[in-house]
Amino acid sequence: MQSNAALEYDYSIAKLFTYTTILFGILGMIVGTLIASQLAFPELNYLLGEYGTFSRLRPVHTTVVIFGFTLSGVFATFYYVAQRVLKVSMAESKFLMVIGKIHFWLYFVGALLATISLLLGFTAGKEYAQYEWPIDIVIVIVWVLWGVSLFGIIGIRREKSLYISLWYYIACFLGVAMLYLFNNMEVPTALVSGYGNIMHSVSMYSGTNDALVQWWWGHNAVAFVFTVPIVAMIYYFLPKESGQAIYSYKLSLLSFWGLMFVYLWAGSHHLLYSPVPDWMQTMGSIFSIVLILPSWGSAINMLLTMKGEWNQLTENPLIKFMVLASTFYMLSTLEGPIQAIKSVNAIAHFTDWIPGHVHDGVLGWVVFMIMAAIFHMTPRMFKREIYSRKLLESQFWLQTVAVVLYFTSMWIAGITQGMMWRAVDEYGNLMYSFIDTVTVLHPYYAIRALSGVLYLVGFLMFAFNIYKTITASKRLEEEPQFKTPMA
Amino acid sequence: MFHWLEKNPFFFSVGVFIVIAFAGLIEILPNFAEASRPVQGLKPYTVLELAGKEVYKKDNCMSCHSQMIRPFKSETDRYGQYSLSGEYAYDRPFLWGSKRTGPDLHRVGNYRTTDWHETHMFEPTAVVPSSIMPAYKHHFTNIADIETAYAEAFTVKAVFNTPYDVEGGVKLGTWEEAQKMALAEAKLITADMKNKNVKDAVESGKIPEIVALIAYLNRLK
Repeated sequence: MQSNAALEYDYSIAKLFTYTTILFGILGMIVGTLIASQLAFPELNYLLGEYGTFSRLRPVHTTVVIFGFTLSGVFATFYYVAQRVLKVSMAESKFLMVIGKIHFWLYFVGALLATISLLLGFTAGKEYAQYEWPIDIVIVIVWVLWGVSLFGIIGIRREKSLYISLWYYIACFLGVAMLYLFNNMEVPTALVSGYGNIMHSVSMYSGTNDALVQWWWGHNAVAFVFTVPIVAMIYYFLPKESGQAIYSYKLSLLSFWGLMFVYLWAGSHHLLYSPVPDWMQTMGSIFSIVLILPSWGSAINMLLTMKGEWNQLTENPLIKFMVLASTFYMLSTLEGPIQAIKSVNAIAHFTDWIPGHVHDGVLGWVVFMIMAAIFHMTPRMFKREIYSRKLLESQFWLQTVAVVLYFTSMWIAGITQGMMWRAVDEYGNLMYSFIDTVTVLHPYYAIRALSGVLYLVGFLMFAFNIYKTITASKRLEEEPQFKTPMA
Repeated sequence: MFHWLEKNPFFFSVGVFIVIAFAGLIEILPNFAEASRPVQGLKPYTVLELAGKEVYKKDNCMSCHSQMIRPFKSETDRYGQYSLSGEYAYDRPFLWGSKRTGPDLHRVGNYRTTDWHETHMFEPTAVVPSSIMPAYKHHFTNIADIETAYAEAFTVKAVFNTPYDVEGGVKLGTWEEAQKMALAEAKLITADMKNKNVKDAVESGKIPEIVALIAYLNRLK
């Protein structure tokens, strides 16, 4: 890319979202570690009275991580990347600056209110769509504001061609908008009847219909929050950090359009062996397998971008973060389709293998990529070098070990439990009562809790490193071209 | 074509939208024509049961308990008849869950009783010694929100034609009538309960969450 010397980009909004990425990251991981520990040590359920049980906190963990941490990361990188790939500064448009600021503050206040509302027990009851209708309305406004920012800055661009990252940001915007709107169609009961709590609502869909819409959303929230915008990040940050051009434009085309088409079909693999019509389950299964192609397409494109430059892996820890992230992306997108095969799903469904799968994707791919992006952006936004390379290296290994502990323990736990549920003795009677299949999991739950603690410590090291970078690190005279400088 | 699209954000976005919306049209919509028909004899939830369902939802029981029995012998042996689509026709939202940290509850009403639930919710380890489920003692003191449950029944009747107030079915009536019926139903449950405070509360016209929750759990059959 050409020199950026002529343009002074405005990072004020990207910085704000960077702060909330770290804040919600810490919050979400503390809650995650707590609830993981509760499964191993149930006494921990009583720390916060009725607000502290596993059941009440579980949606707090998932939504803070998805809508707090990850979306903040998506917005932070968007406000950083979009200006650069479009060769235009936010500051050139007063309107966009104002919209961006409102976007941030409404998002931040909304996210806090949303979290409090879940703690208080206001929930619509559907996974990753728990927020009640007033919060949903705030979310829709936040999303529209992001849309105005996104298409606004595209509208005033100098670079006419949209870079690959922007394809993915646009897809994230459209995908989440469509899915969120349809899945959260609710009727507020107080408005219809004049009685009862104003927050309460009922779903527009009932029973099996509701299940289908929910998992069309549930699975594709993973697609459009945990995959699509993270791919956007790696398409920008890996070439920028390594100085390598993307390996193949054609491969990126194939994986983008392939991912867009295939992902949406796969939601019904969450409903295998349920009363949802059989052909839908089969479609979900088949498309999940097909999904390996576009997912691996992106990941291989990333790995091949490093072709002939693998020495950078030892020289630049950020390359290590991103290569590990793509590798976990490959692992996770192979594991998912395996679980979507009906006969495997018969054992895996309802067990801990499923959270195991989610977390090798999220901890290994999403969080690693967002942290790498922030490590890349911070020196450029604040014009200071990274505070400590040593800290960064130790954080990398600590968290890598944590992820491995997490998914290996959950693989064993899940398969053990799945097999025990179906085990029969020589007369065909069930061999184990349900509680037998719970007590056997204790060691794995304890290992998982430990992995949570390790990962959280790693994330706190990351937060400390960024904090020191911003406040106390050596100033940079000019923007580093590729490799991020660190002390 | 792709190069052209990448220079024309509007058409690019339209293209992306068509590609992602396609699967939903083919896969989700057709189900709406048939799936929400109730099985024969299925009755809508009473106001007390709805209030209990709300407690179930509020404390997010579905993060550990499913309500969906798969058609395997190992599951039908453990939990009973596999689940049918029409049994969920009045569930808004559906509460199938996605994880069994605890057992399935779709037919828990067939094999657990009021006093079992009472003991278990107060102290799970009293009935299942190595249980990792937290105790829900606050259900014994918090008062169930009957008014919101009435609002929910009123709404599904008005908006989705859920068959309340039909002959031989569940009566909803006015808010005053609904309160009286909920209280009468609650008294039938407290007759099988031991906790004195809960019994007293119901006598004085207030229904603790545990009573509503048990009404809901007993109805799951």
